[in-house]
Amino acid sequence: MALKEALESGKFVVTTEVGPLKGTDTSEVMEVAEILKGKVDGVNVTDQQSAVMRLGSLATCSLLVQKGLEPVFQMTCRDRNRIALQSDLLSAHVLGIRNVLVISGDFPSLGDHIDAKEVYDLDSEQLIWTINQMNGGQDLAGNELQGKTDFFVGAVVKPVSDTDASTELQLAMMEKKINAGARFFQTQAVYEADVFERFMKRAAQFKVPVLVGVIPLKSVGMARYMNKNVSGVFVPEPLIDEMGKAEDKTAKGLEITARLINDLKDMCQGVHIMAIGWEKKVPEILKMAKLA
Amino acid sequence: MLRSEQKPFEEIEGYLKGDKKVFILGCDGCAQSSQTGGKPQVLAMKELLEGAGKKVTGHTVIDFLCQKALVASRLRPLEAQVMEADSLLVLTCGVGVQSVGAMVPKPVHPGCNTISLGGSRGEWRGTERCLECGDCLLHYTGGICPLTACSKGLRNGACGGASDGKCEVSPEKSCGWELIYERLKEVGKLDLLKQFIPPKEWNKQRPRPEMLSTSLWALEQRNESSEEDRG
Repeated sequence: MALKEALESGKFVVTTEVGPLKGTDTSEVMEVAEILKGKVDGVNVTDQQSAVMRLGSLATCSLLVQKGLEPVFQMTCRDRNRIALQSDLLSAHVLGIRNVLVISGDFPSLGDHIDAKEVYDLDSEQLIWTINQMNGGQDLAGNELQGKTDFFVGAVVKPVSDTDASTELQLAMMEKKINAGARFFQTQAVYEADVFERFMKRAAQFKVPVLVGVIPLKSVGMARYMNKNVSGVFVPEPLIDEMGKAEDKTAKGLEITARLINDLKDMCQGVHIMAIGWEKKVPEILKMAKLA
Repeated sequence: MLRSEQKPFEEIEGYLKGDKKVFILGCDGCAQSSQTGGKPQVLAMKELLEGAGKKVTGHTVIDFLCQKALVASRLRPLEAQVMEADSLLVLTCGVGVQSVGAMVPKPVHPGCNTISLGGSRGEWRGTERCLECGDCLLHYTGGICPLTACSKGLRNGACGGASDGKCEVSPEKSCGWELIYERLKEVGKLDLLKQFIPPKEWNKQRPRPEMLSTSLWALEQRNESSEEDRG
């Protein structure tokens, strides 16, 4: 079932993501694809994640389509102007890709090509709006398309922020993204059910499916690193302690992830697992969370 | 020198839709020489606004709106008129609108678009920056320019990368959109956050051919070449 149909049917969906490598070697991604096939409702392919240059999301999504998976084409606004973005969207459509997730994209100075010129010709709300125009058969300049696109568009939201301004901006922008054509949301990684509950109490009014983001913890160091460096991620101390005391960190990380999914799943319509190197363990996590 | 041109009156009227009382500010610096915000233009605007049913609580022209200290001292005697107004209409460049917004706790509306001369120079150096985009958005963003205050120049809101109100690009820099949020909150205009800003017409930012042949431009060219001659 396509991601769109799965979400529209009201089913609890599971998505995950893969990050292409730097280079032309696709063996790892293909291996992961084989393992995930039939186990998840969608596989995001990240777009030059953290502004680090790699194999593209478009090509990788196309490989996933050929393998019979349901890819979600992540598109950032950082690297392409409106001509390239629209052209890549047309290319994605003819390659059988039907889901797009729109994000602003980390600034180039955070990645491995710090001298690159940032683009942001369109921002994420404008790109969502553009895709909607293309679905309606028109490009951004108002020209008619010879064959329109048919994309199911998603966007991202950060349920937890460290300032009131940021929290309020996230909600205002969520509404703006929906009005521009976003039909589902993936969130930044969540580690506290009560915090997510507070967010969903306010986000529920928008009546769009939200897939809660989950990142499996692998170590105490990883938790501390994310707390310090990743905007919108807050791993609470008791969880870090629990991880620290565990003898088998991998088993503990998987257990915490499954527990989190169970604590969160009744508040939203799906989970988006960002495994970051643990992609092959996703089926195991799903089994532990009794979702498979 | 920043060149500006007045926005169409219908656009200004749109900005002022919910406002009954307006204070008009002009600038005797660049806007005066651009003939967009000098005394004659301020008086003409007053008539237009009154014709459209607005009450103009007051108006004044300040030598350089880009100098915030001057803005504060010149507005002090007019405080009652300024505070009676629902908002301020500022006839000047993007720098001037931002510096007024920074000094007055009221919504500010840009009455002009700043036109590119191929690079910006303010007469007084402050924190406000203008990109001379030719399509001023300051009405929607509380008088803080999203193109210059946000590292990514996003028009519709924050990227989500900020930590503790600081930009992901540089921890010394505040998140421009959090500043915009705080300002909109202060002036009671948070509803503007929901306004979708369509894709920008970057074409308006390119200097127009006639801009390269004004007497001012010619004068600058001559000065530079005569300096070279001396060198």
